[in-house]
Amino acid sequence: MNEIILIVGGGIAGLEAAGKLLQLGYTPIIVEKGDRLGGNVARWHRLFPDMTPASEVVDPLIENAKGANIFLNTEISFINRLKDKYNVMLSSGISIICRYILLTTGFELFDARKKEEYGYGIYDQVITNSDLEAWFNTGADPRVGKVHDGGAVGFVHCVGSRDEKALNPQCSKVCCITAIKQAIEMKERYPDLQVYCFYMDLRLFGKKYEDFYAKAQKDYGIRFIRGRVSEVCENIEGKVIIKAEDTLSGKPVRVTLDLLVLMAGMKCNQDGAKIGNMIYLPIDTDGFLQSKDNISRINTSPTRGFYYAGACTGPKTVPETLAEARAAALEIHTDIINSRK
Amino acid sequence: MREITALGYSHFILPFMAGMTFVLGYCIISMVKVFIEITPADRRKFLLSLVNPRIMLKNIRDIFADCLLHVKLWKRNKLLGFMHSSIAFGWFMIILIGHIEVFIYTPDRVNRMWYPIFFRYFVAVADETMRGSLFFFLMDFFLLMILIGIILAMVKRVRSLMFGMRRTTRNTLLDTIAMLALWAIFPLRLLAEGFTADISGGSFLTKSLNSVLHNFISNAEINADPTWWAYSIALGVFMFLLPFTRYMHIPAEIMLIPMRNAGLKIRHARKGFSRLQVYSCPSCGVCIDACPMSVTKAHTKDATVYLNRQIKRRNGKRIEEISDKCLLCGKCSALCPVGVQGDKLRIAQRSVRKYGLEPHYDNIQLPSAAMSGEGEKVLYFAGCMSSVTPSIGKSLTAILEKAGVNYEQMDKDGGLCCGRPMWTAGRFNAAREMIARNKDIIEKSGADTLLVSCPICYRIFVERYRLENIRVVHHTVFIEELLRQGRISIGADKKKYVFHDPCELGRGTGIYEQPRQVLRIAGELVEARKSGQQSICCGGSLGSLSLDFNRRKPIINSSIENLTAMSPDTIVTACPLCLNTFSRYSTTPVKDIAQVVADKL
Amino acid sequence: MSIFGFKISPSSAINLSELDTRRWDELCRKAPDARRCMACGSCSATCPAAQFSGMSLRKVLLDLQRGREKEAYRMMSNCMLCGKCLMVCPRGINTRELILKISQIYKEEDR
Repeated sequence: MNEIILIVGGGIAGLEAAGKLLQLGYTPIIVEKGDRLGGNVARWHRLFPDMTPASEVVDPLIENAKGANIFLNTEISFINRLKDKYNVMLSSGISIICRYILLTTGFELFDARKKEEYGYGIYDQVITNSDLEAWFNTGADPRVGKVHDGGAVGFVHCVGSRDEKALNPQCSKVCCITAIKQAIEMKERYPDLQVYCFYMDLRLFGKKYEDFYAKAQKDYGIRFIRGRVSEVCENIEGKVIIKAEDTLSGKPVRVTLDLLVLMAGMKCNQDGAKIGNMIYLPIDTDGFLQSKDNISRINTSPTRGFYYAGACTGPKTVPETLAEARAAALEIHTDIINSRK
Repeated sequence: MREITALGYSHFILPFMAGMTFVLGYCIISMVKVFIEITPADRRKFLLSLVNPRIMLKNIRDIFADCLLHVKLWKRNKLLGFMHSSIAFGWFMIILIGHIEVFIYTPDRVNRMWYPIFFRYFVAVADETMRGSLFFFLMDFFLLMILIGIILAMVKRVRSLMFGMRRTTRNTLLDTIAMLALWAIFPLRLLAEGFTADISGGSFLTKSLNSVLHNFISNAEINADPTWWAYSIALGVFMFLLPFTRYMHIPAEIMLIPMRNAGLKIRHARKGFSRLQVYSCPSCGVCIDACPMSVTKAHTKDATVYLNRQIKRRNGKRIEEISDKCLLCGKCSALCPVGVQGDKLRIAQRSVRKYGLEPHYDNIQLPSAAMSGEGEKVLYFAGCMSSVTPSIGKSLTAILEKAGVNYEQMDKDGGLCCGRPMWTAGRFNAAREMIARNKDIIEKSGADTLLVSCPICYRIFVERYRLENIRVVHHTVFIEELLRQGRISIGADKKKYVFHDPCELGRGTGIYEQPRQVLRIAGELVEARKSGQQSICCGGSLGSLSLDFNRRKPIINSSIENLTAMSPDTIVTACPLCLNTFSRYSTTPVKDIAQVVADKL
Repeated sequence: MSIFGFKISPSSAINLSELDTRRWDELCRKAPDARRCMACGSCSATCPAAQFSGMSLRKVLLDLQRGREKEAYRMMSNCMLCGKCLMVCPRGINTRELILKISQIYKEEDR
């Protein structure tokens, strides 16, 4: 039973899969390029829709995966195909020979500087969703420090999502609900803050998301404006002025804000795509790794021995990612059993 | 030399004479047509230019350099230049020397048009004609030169890359026939003269051929007549076809050069100067490789050479398609060896379109811009696009503040567009209205300098605004001046910068050097594979009306690839549109020149 | 108009089933991008003509589809073809071509 399973990526998908594979009696090895486990989720403060602290989700996952071999600060140098196995060379010089490889490389945030019109990296008062979560965690960001009760904060949805020009045509799925969550968190800290969400369409599909939205409107008075922000400029006091169209009233709107938060979308982790490219895993039209089938075989790659879990095949929420990780573990387990018959 | 025929005539000259008469008649009628089609003011200008000694000299020089020696092609590719000039110059010399011979030896025949062409048929070498051996040699020498040129032309048909051309034009059927006739003329001439060289005399080529022929063919003399016939027929066929083929460029260019030197401009889509340009197109296909759209094979039929062909055929649908798709980067015009202005020709085609809805701007109230203070007064026109590329405005104002420039931004609360995008769409009246409104504001502001950070705006300010006593300056030039005058100073770093020449700035207004000078101060300047006049459009150009986003992608990528050939650390440009286009695709950081400088202040 | 004995004034409702869509269809044939707008409002917010004639390409497209051409023409009258809408459109719609094609196909005097 001592089959080695290589897991690429130590985010929540990799951790959950490792935990399950350990329980099933296999030997998972996690290779993580960063210096810590938990991936993108570990950087988040609280999670929608119940405001669960992210650490409450991530910590048990790390705990459960403890029995696995974990290589931090390690990347994949190359992958060779042997007869029915793969030889994976790590940047640390270690080579691993295994039959099963699970890619849990996840997503990376769209680089908001590519949407220059929003002024990220140009104006001080423009930050991204990820910057804001970091501030929630550390409280150390002079840009957010300028926010005060009675001031105003704006959230721009779909930054680098649903944007063909930004080469990211798909919806990133979680930004709408994340914006609402972050807006509520801001309102909890500054009850008299004016919060605007600029959206194209609100896509609140998940369990209790709609309730969350209603709460944001009713209990927190967050203002939703249907219109994509198209220009941002700075006034003499260093505040940002944004221009959008309120498409529901058909009138242009201008708002002066103390802080503008860009909801940077998800794109396929480029390092993950690079690893996929080493063994010619196909990329789907949305830029993410392509599954054998987008409905019934989302966990399986077209190449024997390679499996996927989580956001490497498209934007996913935390519960979806965890479910996929478990499914992938089971998929690998069944394939191993079948191969031994 | 003495004549051997009593009449100085033989029937075989008839094909040549018919062709010659036809082509001369056709060209004269066409010239008159073009002359009538240009506006009376242009006509006056043209006629006056013909008596202006300075322009006259330039005309002669240009005709010699462009039509005979093909200097521009030499610069492009030595072999291509040699091929063209050997045929054109060689042929010209043969005709010239032929006339001189007639003048010297048979002065009473000078009025016979065919005499210089078929001279060797009508004369025999005489004792005293050793004096003519120089001519014999020259004639053979130039014939050899042409023959080499024709062999090269044949090679070019199959191996165009040797001549620096990736793609060549697809000939029409008539072009091919005329080309074959042209290729046939000179071997046939050699053969014909070879047969008669023992009588008429000859030099290393014809004389040796003659002895070869006499050694191998019995009664070689009887072949002489048919070859002279064939030579004349080839000439006749070529001349008959000339007006309907690309070879029309030969006579058309001779008229185009003086008209261009007279300062004439395209004023009509199909008539006058445009017609002349269309017919001056030699279909060489330099514009196909030049065109940034040619990275996609489907667009190779949209190069200027095909526009010219479709205009000749009056194919309205294709003319519209080709002229609307073009990015108006102007590279084809810059590289065209005869000076066909592909971009301007297309704008002219766009201008004849009928619209059911016309824009107007008389309802618009604009705030005035009043400059105060002493000394320099700089009015800054950021342009529409700057509001979606905030880095440019922010950096430039930081530079102006640092240098202590007295400035005011004209369009900080919005304003009218400069008019260039409307102009390039061919809607001149609407553009003129915008120009008039902006001009009014600028002139009343009291500013002495108009600073512009967008090359698109800059070009129309320079070309069409005619601002009185106000200097229009692009920010690349302004920054370079501030640095040179020591009003701002920046330190150099170890980074490699590559400059992308925006079409409207480089080819449009000829600014290449100042931005490079700034970058040399900022760090290490590297060049793109193709830069300056040959730089590749970023692909985001507003010039194209119909090219959609997906079809622009390959152009953008090829342009970035061209820029990153020397693996620079930063791509620097000086146009908001280039910046916006590149930054979405490029993995190398892209900055405006103002940002590079402002970051170092 | 009389329904069940009541007299009612002409309805302000747009009857989609009775609209003449021939010119809209022609527009979609010549510029298929017309159908790709997702009404995000980017173009309207950035348009320099918006402050003068209320130009909004988003609304123009909607009005043309709803049989309200006159309003569309009024908005378009100040368009300067500057191309900002082209730069901000997330769908990469070729807005300038669309505007030119509308100006060619629709005619002021038709309404």
